[in-house]
Amino acid sequence: MIRIEDYVPIAGQAVVEELFLLAERLSGRVIQNINSTAVGGGVAEILSRMIPLLGQLGVKAKWDVIKGDEKFFAVTKKFHNGLHGVPIKINNEEYEYFLEVNRQNAADIVFDDIVFVHDPQPIALIEKRGEVGKRWVWRCHIDFSRPDPKIWKFLSQFVTRYDATVFSAPAFAQKIPVPQLLIAPSIDPLSDKNKELPEQTIDSVFERFGIDRSRPVVTQISRFDYLKDPLGVIQAYKRARAHVDMQLVLAGGGATDDPEGPMIMERVKEEAEKDRDIFALFLPPSSDIEINALQRGSTVILQKSLREGFGLTVAEALWKAKPTIAGAVGGIPLQITHKHSGILTHSIEGTAHWIRQLISAPEYAAKLGANGREHIRNNFLITRHIKDYLLLFVSLFHDGDIVYL
Amino acid sequence: MDNFHFYTKLDQTILLGVQATNVRGLLRAIKKVPDSSIYYHTHRFLHQHHYLSPEPPNDFAYWVSQVLGDDALGEQLWSVDIVEFQSIAGLREKFVAILKRHLASTKRHIDCPDGEEFYFMASRTFVFPTTYVAQNLAEFAEMLGKVSINSLYYHMFDAKLRLEHGGNDFSRWFHGLGKTQLANETRSLDPYSHTLEGLRQRIVTLVKKYDSH
Repeated sequence: MIRIEDYVPIAGQAVVEELFLLAERLSGRVIQNINSTAVGGGVAEILSRMIPLLGQLGVKAKWDVIKGDEKFFAVTKKFHNGLHGVPIKINNEEYEYFLEVNRQNAADIVFDDIVFVHDPQPIALIEKRGEVGKRWVWRCHIDFSRPDPKIWKFLSQFVTRYDATVFSAPAFAQKIPVPQLLIAPSIDPLSDKNKELPEQTIDSVFERFGIDRSRPVVTQISRFDYLKDPLGVIQAYKRARAHVDMQLVLAGGGATDDPEGPMIMERVKEEAEKDRDIFALFLPPSSDIEINALQRGSTVILQKSLREGFGLTVAEALWKAKPTIAGAVGGIPLQITHKHSGILTHSIEGTAHWIRQLISAPEYAAKLGANGREHIRNNFLITRHIKDYLLLFVSLFHDGDIVYL
Repeated sequence: MDNFHFYTKLDQTILLGVQATNVRGLLRAIKKVPDSSIYYHTHRFLHQHHYLSPEPPNDFAYWVSQVLGDDALGEQLWSVDIVEFQSIAGLREKFVAILKRHLASTKRHIDCPDGEEFYFMASRTFVFPTTYVAQNLAEFAEMLGKVSINSLYYHMFDAKLRLEHGGNDFSRWFHGLGKTQLANETRSLDPYSHTLEGLRQRIVTLVKKYDSH
């Protein structure tokens, strides 16, 4: 089991001490997380890591999962797609069913001091507030920059009844009369995807895939879907390759909701078959060590996304002190400050230009990588995420811009 | 003289739901957002990138030069010397004056690309005592080496500009101990031109020097 003290060598003694001091302020309170799934997906992953750590800090945190059938989750899937900008129609009967399932769950749940509701599925539990009181927070983990207006109108009647709301990026803020807080997601430096690896492990992964570590390697780790622009990455590689020797690795899972996904995957495969320096790796879900090794063994990392919720693969790359070139979208500009901690680009041409620059100027590239790692250490590790959650819970009991605890 | 009790602070980031797409919008918002927002956007970079030196820019300067591509205006905003200001109100006035002067001098109005708007945020700060209490300069130097960056930041930056204590907390305590020269030297440090670790080391060195006198 990972212990909170294990983060001391990484985040610093003082940072962990402050977590304990802050946690003392929640003595006697119970935090009740509520979401819609116990396994799979980013929310379940972060809760399963964070709740034991909160416990070690002395904070009593619980986790309840609402019950719903296929019909309910078909409606919430529509919400999800609509909030991401996919044109979608939801009829009144579906809205009613959504409410009915929330009401059934609300009747069964015993609510604790702080009710921390994750994402839209359980959002209407707030209807119970008048009856049970308590402090209520809604945590939105998804891209909320351009929500479908009808779905937002429906959801906003619930959102505005919470004491506070939490979003992952500034662009997701809405015009609502309740406090909106920014809490970015985080990476766990002790997870398989991010922990230190012996050089032999990195070597063996590269050997297994036939990638030559003695030559420059440029890598993008992401799903093969349109929004991650793997075809744009290949074009940028071809432009840069005209000037510098390099190999390109595109690695990621195949699961995607993007209807164009299969076509894009096919095109990537075709390109890889034509060029033996392009490696298209379709990895199964349990490939965290392989992804870690590919990132650590690369010369430059790309995340040329056209749209992103947050883009945590950037934090993963920077944590490994890799010079990183990424699209200036979603939460990526929070992670990379152009020319300080990485490179932000807006086009294939710009990406190609910077690939050449970073391969040709390894000292500059190393400086970007070192700065990037420090930026992640200070702002995007799970210890910062825990601090933000503790502050959020404490803040529910105080007013004012400056609070003396 | 009382002991020096090291406090620390942690910030919560508030999304204000206010955004700007060009210089005119930036000016409009700077005039109306709360003080805690001006403080956030002039100190966020420093706090989040405290390992970088020289001084990283304020958010306004960075956005104007990197996103709007107006290097001349960016430079003016960048060169606002925060250390000269005793209050957020004065700092806000300075930015307003620069932006007004710029708008009066040009007909060129560039909008930012979609998705790269300036989003106004603000800080809510939670202050609490640490377990470190110094009874003399030697203990002070030792403890300053151990407290978090947040504690250093609170006593050096928040105390002066946000809490308007009339200077940093360390200088005030040194002054109370009768160490006037140490107090003056610490007060005259430009904290914005150091990394925070560099600033910590600089103050520790000063304290050790005067402790032996």
